[in-house]
Amino acid sequence: MSDVVIRADGLGKRYLIGHESERERYIALRDVIARGARNLMRSASDMMRGRQLIVGDEVEEFWALKDIDFEIKRGEVVGIIGRNGAGKSTLLKILSRITEPSTGRVEIRGRVASLLEVGTGFHPELTGRENVFLNGAILGMTRAEIRRKFDEIVAFAEIEKFLDTPVKRYSSGMYVRLAFAVAAHLEPEILIVDEVLAVGDAEFQKKCLGKMGEMAHHGRTVLLVSHNMMAVRQMCRRAIVLRAGSIVFDGAADSAVDNYAVNQIDRSPRETWLRPASRPIEALGFSKIDATISGRQPDHVLECKIDLESVAEFASAFVAIDILDEVGVALMQALPTVQPFILGKPGRHHIALDVQLPPLVPGTYTTEFWVGSHNTQTLDVVRDEIAFEVLETPTPGRTFPHTRDHGAIVPKSVQQYSFLGSSDRLTEAHVSEGRRPE
Amino acid sequence: MNSFDRLPTDGARAVPIAEDARSTASAGAQPERLLILEAGRTERNYWRDLWYYRELFAMLAWRDVSVRYKQTVIGIVWAIVRPLLTMVVFTIVFGNLAKLPSDGAVPYPVLVFAGMLPWFLFSSILSDASNSIVSNANLISKVYFPRLIVPSAAGVVALVDFAINIVILFAIMAWYGFMPNWQIVFLPLFVVLAVLASLGPALFITALNVKYRDFRFIIPFIVQFGLYVSPVGFSSAVVPDAWRFWYSLNPVVGVIDGFRWCLLGGESQLYMPGFLASLAVVAVMLWLGIRHFRKTEKTFADLI
Repeated sequence: MSDVVIRADGLGKRYLIGHESERERYIALRDVIARGARNLMRSASDMMRGRQLIVGDEVEEFWALKDIDFEIKRGEVVGIIGRNGAGKSTLLKILSRITEPSTGRVEIRGRVASLLEVGTGFHPELTGRENVFLNGAILGMTRAEIRRKFDEIVAFAEIEKFLDTPVKRYSSGMYVRLAFAVAAHLEPEILIVDEVLAVGDAEFQKKCLGKMGEMAHHGRTVLLVSHNMMAVRQMCRRAIVLRAGSIVFDGAADSAVDNYAVNQIDRSPRETWLRPASRPIEALGFSKIDATISGRQPDHVLECKIDLESVAEFASAFVAIDILDEVGVALMQALPTVQPFILGKPGRHHIALDVQLPPLVPGTYTTEFWVGSHNTQTLDVVRDEIAFEVLETPTPGRTFPHTRDHGAIVPKSVQQYSFLGSSDRLTEAHVSEGRRPE
Repeated sequence: MNSFDRLPTDGARAVPIAEDARSTASAGAQPERLLILEAGRTERNYWRDLWYYRELFAMLAWRDVSVRYKQTVIGIVWAIVRPLLTMVVFTIVFGNLAKLPSDGAVPYPVLVFAGMLPWFLFSSILSDASNSIVSNANLISKVYFPRLIVPSAAGVVALVDFAINIVILFAIMAWYGFMPNWQIVFLPLFVVLAVLASLGPALFITALNVKYRDFRFIIPFIVQFGLYVSPVGFSSAVVPDAWRFWYSLNPVVGVIDGFRWCLLGGESQLYMPGFLASLAVVAVMLWLGIRHFRKTEKTFADLI
């Protein structure tokens, strides 16, 4: 018997997706009826042949995974990283037997438990106690096993008081804590986890990571999908990077994360916006904006190349760039100069700006490019057209995810002072004060 | 100093190792096996897997039962009201207005109720099971287990209602002073038959329903027509002899006749050729249902 517990060989997964072709978007009632009849005929014939029903006129094959080969040895903790849609979840679904591969094969030795979601199968009408048993059974625990760990689960979730309350009355935090507590007490030989740590408050997340690390140290084989690069770096020795359904890197976790981050810079944050013909320039306006992220946190820079075009006379103008978060809250404004530096005559202008970004927490950020003659006189605004993504945490060593309730920006550095000799005594003093009088 | 330090650490580490041994022992009933996942490959250990997941089956069934009457005012009484009212209406329509004959000396309400018992069992399994996979979509797309568990667990709810109904039947029989005969010992067999008869088409439709939601609308029709096509409100002895055999190809006919034979003692006779035909139809449908279900269950997560 070899030491390999999971072996994937030429694994692929194909989905069929439908499109509505451009010429089919008729408006006339006659055409709508004709199309309806045609769709009905097609659906009926699909059904007769036992095929899947697909909405739209054009059917396209989509390979979520293609030619995946890897081996995982007993006791390895492997991270799987990649952008959204890279095929991570599909891979986990195949390994946990939820769906079958379209090509290739997988060999698995040992009992697998998969955790693709926290609280799968929780029923709102049932109490916390009942849901622990239900969820445990769904995750593959025996009733005896759950009974044995019940107290531990409840203590971990910190919901003793609400054990007999239906979970529909729980706060979302309690719900998630209970759900994770059950999952954390699984003891399979192979554990497959998908991004479940992105829930709960920071304190609880830390606890969850600790529990996962513990599991990994007990010689279990763990497969972890995460967007949290620090967690992958810390918990996994090996990581697999997926991109567009293929493995682009398989090796040491540190190199994998670097590889992923570098790929990231090459690919996505480069954004170009071209002025659409439907929006003509009145006096002065942006004709083209090109923005790229360069460097790594905390020294990353948004390099902007801006083309402006003026068609009429106007008062001299200057530009500003706002950085906004996902929900459109402005975080900062970059103003190269407050002097109007674009002269108010027709012509073309090319400006290159390097915006030194502050240390940003991971997430998607959008921009607003503004040009005007005065802070109250706007000539043109390009909003939400250029976005970039920050993947790595700016805080060295941080493994627990960032939550937005602590803001989007962290300081570049935090000075730390300790007072010699006082901390030990302080603890002692607390301990002796905290003791109950006898 | 150093050795003192190490002692408690070793002791502490011994605990998880012991735990490991225990958990392997609990899983040890089933030695580590090689699992191969491949396109179109049918699982060789399917039935053993099904047995392995029996606790999940029990939990899902228990969940469906305990959630069924939550947040209703009269709760479990619904399980009594529904068949009781149906019985009253059927007795009036078929017994009093249409004046159809009963089996021997059996009071008409008892005849109706004895037929309704398996019919409700059949129809609730059919309709609950057919929608079960779709309504448990979140489970199907997130966890693996033999999918057969879900529709079967939905059937348990119907069995609980059935148990309540049978108590009502005995109450009605006592009210009319009607005593069952020795045949009643065969009742459990016919309950199993009723479950199998419904499971066949139910599994077939469940699998189809995942792919084509049309079946969600077809099921209520089947249930509605079936109530009149099957001998629920009347005795199947009413059917002309020339038609009796063909009539029995409806598997529910065999089930209901069997129930009446058990419950009503010697008063209603079992028509053997018809009953055997019903059995054969049940067996074929069950085979078809399971086969189709197993063939398609691996794609459920993709289609749901």
